[in-house]
Order: sequence, then structure tokens, then C-alpha cells
Amino acid sequence: MTGTGPVISVRDLVVGFGAATVLDHVTLDVLRGEILGFVGGSGAGKSVLMRTIIGLLPPRNGTIEVFGQNLATLSERERRAIERRWGVLFQQGALFSSLNVQQNVEFPIREYLKNLSPRLIEEIALAKLEMVGLGADVRKKYPAELSGGMIKRAALARALALDPDIVFLDEPTSGLDPIGAAEFDELIRTLQRTLGLSVFMVTHDLDSLHAICGRIAVLSEGRVIAAGPIETMLASEHPWLKSYFRGKRGRPVRH
Amino acid sequence: MSTASLTETFSLPSSASGDERVTLAAGGAWTAEGAGELERVVDDAAGRYEHARNVDIDLQKLERLDTFGAWLIERLNRALAAQGATTRIVNLSDSDRGLIDEVRLVNRGPAKAERAANRILIALDSTGRAVAEIGRSLVLLAHLLGALTVVAMGTVARPARLRLRSIVHHLERVGWRAVPIVLLSTFLIGAIIAQQGIFHFRQFGAEVYVVDMVGILVLREVGVLIVCVMVAGRSGSAYTAELGAMTMREEIDALRTMGFDPVEVLVLPRIVALVLAVPVLTFLGSMAALYGAGLVCWLYGGMTPDIFLARLREAISLQTFAVGMIKAPFMALVIGLVACVEGFEVDGSAASLGLKTTSSVVKSIFLVIVLDGFFAMFFAAIGM
Repeated sequence: MTGTGPVISVRDLVVGFGAATVLDHVTLDVLRGEILGFVGGSGAGKSVLMRTIIGLLPPRNGTIEVFGQNLATLSERERRAIERRWGVLFQQGALFSSLNVQQNVEFPIREYLKNLSPRLIEEIALAKLEMVGLGADVRKKYPAELSGGMIKRAALARALALDPDIVFLDEPTSGLDPIGAAEFDELIRTLQRTLGLSVFMVTHDLDSLHAICGRIAVLSEGRVIAAGPIETMLASEHPWLKSYFRGKRGRPVRH
Repeated sequence: MSTASLTETFSLPSSASGDERVTLAAGGAWTAEGAGELERVVDDAAGRYEHARNVDIDLQKLERLDTFGAWLIERLNRALAAQGATTRIVNLSDSDRGLIDEVRLVNRGPAKAERAANRILIALDSTGRAVAEIGRSLVLLAHLLGALTVVAMGTVARPARLRLRSIVHHLERVGWRAVPIVLLSTFLIGAIIAQQGIFHFRQFGAEVYVVDMVGILVLREVGVLIVCVMVAGRSGSAYTAELGAMTMREEIDALRTMGFDPVEVLVLPRIVALVLAVPVLTFLGSMAALYGAGLVCWLYGGMTPDIFLARLREAISLQTFAVGMIKAPFMALVIGLVACVEGFEVDGSAASLGLKTTSSVVKSIFLVIVLDGFFAMFFAAIGM
């Protein structure tokens, strides 16, 4: 798991709705074992790219390769094998509201790994919940009874249920207070190191970008206008990057 | 990358001294795919080395490890330790160390104490809850009826507060768009009643009384009941689902914080629309049912339309028609109230939305029938 080749490679991707073209020949790589922060203005199409990669939206043009396999040419079976190797944390958590937290985490395990004993499934689910910092008091609760931070954590535990190689995070820290957001960042980094994950993170949180993202890609006007570590972004003279990273809400680099 | 095969070996190295040491070597891919098989192997090993005092778990041949494998190693570790063995994990690679350390901390809590509850107690408990729930929903109905009355009074005092646009919108949905299906179903019901009547009355030569039966039955009872059942299923469920989804997405709370009364903004226009639409639908439905009955009498019973109409004129009076029509707005009120109460009762889960929509339809149809019974007693008492 220590190679450095791209786990996701997007080439010339075009996505649009009706007459509008949201992504216009986007090219982007996610490297193995990195945390890629994906930024861009509201409505620039960050979530659209994520949803296209995970197959919720059809591309008009271009190719998406995951683990070196072109998603467009895969059979149903091969595609499922790939889907089993990624986990997605949706912006609102998207926990199944009729299942409690533990059942939410158990669900993918139960569906994909048929020959496990109920005891092992439960132990693994509880282990995942503890890894994301949710205690035993939460596991029997239903999503409607959870706070925003707990929903994010439970949803992360579900995304990690099958020990994926890639995790997609859609604005993981949005809606969390700064302390909660910092803890969540720390959690993502710890889990990324422990489990050897590659992380594709759509975010607006400058703190997250500074704290945990190894590389940052910037989407503007339907294209990736820059990609590189935070230092590159700070040094850039591109007007959009300047106002994003060095604007009023930008922060000095911390080490 | 690793092969998917599992080559774990459990060996017992001979040792001269009494300090016997068992080495369990894990190899291959300890990952989710093989977890079912590995679980058996691990539990086996824990049982086999029940009396071992010193156990090394050797991870040198391990090719891949994920949380599933790490947890199973930890489970083996704990099982052996619980049997009194001193365990060590040896040859742990740096990349796997974090994961092994992580799972060492999990599932440490006390084993859950789930007592098997008494079956009789469970039955009593759920019965009690169901009864309390019926009482509570009646209170909620009364509550909403009260709130609705207050709001309605307010709009009588200041008619500008009545949301006419909203009422018209809902009238189109629950009234105008319901017309075709209501006409079709009541037409069929009228036709079926007439056919059955002719078929059975023929044995006594009393076919002509079919017209009396159809006329009274349709105008007094069947027309309004069929329409109410259709409206409860069609519009009541829609009301519940709409208000439920709005509750889930905090739209109701948003209205409240802006100083609007949800009863005035959401409930009143919906219920006013229903109260206006159901009598009209009842009238149209009754006419369609009589038309269906007349058609069957003509084609199946050989009774010409002239005779049918003449007979009908004798059999029914304006009173018969009024009895059906008087009931319609009250039944519409019940359907609307139940639908809105159930909608506000939805909590955060998708399942509760479905549950409340179902119970909205079931409860309103049930209450419509109960109300019909009360009306029957009332009309009998005043001689209508």
C-alpha cells in the first residue's frame, strides 16, 4: 500500500446539466496514501466532480480511472468490486434514518461479507465506532437523535466499515464548531495513517487545508487551475487563489 | 501486492526447558475478504492452546492487514490472555503497528447486559402504550381543532388574513384533479350495486325496487363514504407526507420563528380546501353512481331510462340528498385534521414518515366510518 501511483486519475472530464457545462475538461490525480484537499467557490462543481467519480452522475466526456481501471468499461461485477474499496462521507452524513448507529455501520459489512458471524460483525462495527470516537452510549441511538458532529463521526465510521482504500469526504467539517472541526481533522489524519487511506476531501475549511491536506487542487470556472501543496497555493499570484488563501479569512501558515 | 490466500500456521516448537513457548504465526492477507474463515481459525487456536502459558503471535509472514484482521489478532490475544497465558505480538511491522495499537483499545467496555424480558410483560407494555397512544392522538386532534377554530375566527374578523391563493392551489389538487377518479369509481360502485340488486331482487319479482335501493343507498351513504375513502387515500396521505417532510426539514420551526402560525399558514388553507372540495366531489360522485345504476338497469335489467327516472323521483326526496351532503363537510374536516396532526407527529426518520402516512389514512377512514354511525343515529333521532 505504499506505492505512489495515482489511485484516481481523471482525464479531460466534462460534466454538464442541460445547457450548462459544470466541469470543462478537468484533469486531476489523487495519489496513493495522500489527503487531497479539493477547493473551489460555492457552486464551482466540487461536489459534482466527486459525485461523477463515484458514479452518481454520468460524464459527457473524458475518462475516470480508479486503481488503474477505467470505470466506463467495467462490467457490473468489476464495478461493484471497486465500489467495495471506497467509502463516501456525504455532506449531511446520509445515515439511514430507520437504522440505529450500530446498524448503519453493520449494514455494508453484512451486505458485502456474507460469511461473517453476527458476533464478529458487531465487534467490528463497535471497533469502527470507537475508532471515530463514538462511545457505547451512542450506538443504539437513531440518526435523528444525534448532534451534527456525531452524525459526521457515525457516517465516517460507516464509510470506513469495509476498510476501503479510498475515502471521499464531502465537506467533512462543515457545520462543526472550530474545536469539533479541528478534532475531526485530527481524526481523519489519524485514521488515514493507521489504515493507509487515500483521501479525497472536498472542503471550504482553510484550517483543514493547512492542517491535514498534503496536496490541494483548486477548481475554478470548470477547470482545475492549480494543484500542489499549501505553500504553492500561498505563493501563487493567481487572483482567485490570492483572495481565497490570503484574503481576510485566510490565516498565516502554521507549522 | 499480496495474494489472497491464507497461509497461517500454528506450530509448537519443541523446547527443552519447562518454559514451553507456543508460537502462532499469522501469514498471508488478514483482511475483510477472509475474515469469516479467519474467525474460525482464531477461535480454534484459542481453544487448542487452552493450557499454553506463553504464546507468541508472530506477524512476520503477514502480507496485508486491515481492521478485520487486526481485530481478529486482538481477539486471539485477548482469548489467550483470558485463559491465563502471557502473550506477545512479535515481528510487528511499523506500518501495521498503528492498527494493532488502535484495536487494542476498542471493545473494552463491559459486556452488554441484555436481560431477556418477560413475554407477558412485553405484551402488557405494548398494549398499555397503544391505549395511551390512542388517548394522546385524540387529545392532539382536539388540540388542532381548537387551534384551527381560533385561527378561523381570526380570519372571520380580518378576512385579509385568509390565504386565498393557497386555498385555490389546494382546491385544484384535492378537488379538481380528484374529479376523474372519483367519477370513475362511484360510477362503477353504482353500476355494481344496481347489478347485484337486479340479480337478487329478480327472484321475488321486485326488480323495480332496485331503483329505491340504489337511490337511497347512494345518496345517503355510499356516495359520501366512497368519496371520503378516496380523498383520505389521495389527499389526506399527501397532506401528511408534505407536513411530515416539512417537519423533518425544520420548515415548520422556520415558520414559527418568523412569527407565522403553522396552523394559519399550512393547516387552515388545506382544511378549507378539503371542506369545500368534498361536498362537491360527493355531489358529482353520487350523480355518477346514479348514472351507472341507471345504465345497468337499462342494459341489464331492461328498465328504460324514463321508468328509472320516474321511479327514482318517487323513491327519493330532497331530504335523502341533504342527509348525504350534510355529512360531507364534517367528514372532510375529520380527514384534514387527522392528516395534519399525523404530519406534525413525524420525527426525523424516513420510517416514521411512512408510518405516519399510513396511520393518517387508516385513522381518517376509521373515524369517517365512526362519524357516519353517529350521523345515522342523529338523523334517526330527528326523523330524517
